[in-house]
Amino acid sequence: MQKLNYLKETPSQTAGPYVHIGLAPGAAGFDAYDRELGQDIAGPHAKGERIRVEGVVIDGTGSPIKDVLLETWQANAQGVFAHPEDGRPVEDGFRGWGRVITDFDTGEWGFETVKPGPSRARNGKIAAPHISLWIVARGINIGLNTRLYFEDEAEANKQDDVLNLIEWERRRTTLIARRSLRDGMPVYRFDIQLQGENETVFFDI
Amino acid sequence: MKKPAEFYQRDRRWHPPALTPDYKTSVARSPQFALISLENSPSEITGPVFGHGDIDPTDNDLVYNYAQGDQCAIGERIILHGRVVDENGNGVPATLVEIWQANAGGRYRHKKDTYLAPIDPNFGGCGRTLTDEDGYYYFRTVKPGAYPWRNWINSWRPAHIHLSIFGSGFAQRLITQCYFEGDPLIGQCAIVKSIPDPDARKQLIALMDLNATVPLDAIAYRFDIVLRGRRSTLFENRLEGN
Ligand SMILES: [Fe+3]
Repeated sequence: MQKLNYLKETPSQTAGPYVHIGLAPGAAGFDAYDRELGQDIAGPHAKGERIRVEGVVIDGTGSPIKDVLLETWQANAQGVFAHPEDGRPVEDGFRGWGRVITDFDTGEWGFETVKPGPSRARNGKIAAPHISLWIVARGINIGLNTRLYFEDEAEANKQDDVLNLIEWERRRTTLIARRSLRDGMPVYRFDIQLQGENETVFFDI
Repeated sequence: MKKPAEFYQRDRRWHPPALTPDYKTSVARSPQFALISLENSPSEITGPVFGHGDIDPTDNDLVYNYAQGDQCAIGERIILHGRVVDENGNGVPATLVEIWQANAGGRYRHKKDTYLAPIDPNFGGCGRTLTDEDGYYYFRTVKPGAYPWRNWINSWRPAHIHLSIFGSGFAQRLITQCYFEGDPLIGQCAIVKSIPDPDARKQLIALMDLNATVPLDAIAYRFDIVLRGRRSTLFENRLEGN
């Protein structure tokens, strides 16, 4: 019999409590690199609305987790990803990727970016504006994937194939960030629950 | 014409499940609802792109990248090297590989690590590099020490190096750990054993590689990394299609 020569993906292991040393050494307490990566998501020239996103990650006991690292991935305000496969240009300095850590004392995290525009979905459809999130921490054996959608995009959200794939309408609301204004800047609140009846929807992507 | 597109679905039975009670911290941090399976869209098949402007050429030499003056880190000098390939066996070029680790005594340079082994003033414990056009990467570092951790009363992590790898799409994002051939602690470790399949665990064990040593300088260990592969679209690509 012939053999299929596919390899197996390297298995995941937890990022552990000291993930900062590798991915955000400043937070671990030392300056190893001239430039830490993922600190500027949109860059100075990106068009669109400047926003802030904040939240906590809550464990099954209801406590905020204080050693989480999140990565964010998004399109720009025109719905373009800074990647050759998108094929369209983005503003100089726009990366769409960010690295965010929680405060060691409070578990709060936050980042600033531009609000993404509607982007391409499958089959010629349009995806509602969203930010993809990837969450790792001690006790998380394999990174968790989720998406943040925006409260003020109700019409687009209603049409979004990914949100509509979630059969339980009540669970869809776990992916909607709540908007408020602080000193004139829109702030979106997005708390992530790892367990419980309000468990955030996580995806196998 | 073949155009690489969507990723093969992730084999979740090869990875550790979210809930692994012997690794106690996972109990309150593991989602309980089933994951919702998504077909890939541009959000998943694209991802951040890195270049040589993002890092310094010396970032992959942990023996010297945090050392003062003409000093260097203490410990057994090793080369950690290998290829990043995908499930099709193709090299993944120009992808970012980041590592972090304890020093030779098993102590991390982290404000939350209080283990009584000493900090090495000349060792930071982090490194990063981009793979070359064939997917090849290498680091020089010191072999990390085993260290105790609070799981059971007497739990010890085998010597390990943490690795973070990107690939070309956000769906390939991976963090893992590499262990060293012959370490008796590997078989005792609740984090290693979060991976159910013994063959999958073996995939995380780096082999001593005498041919890649730097004579009179550093022993080498080989650690190849496999990221998810992409399907080749033989027919019309429905991802963008109508
Ligand atoms: Fe560790």
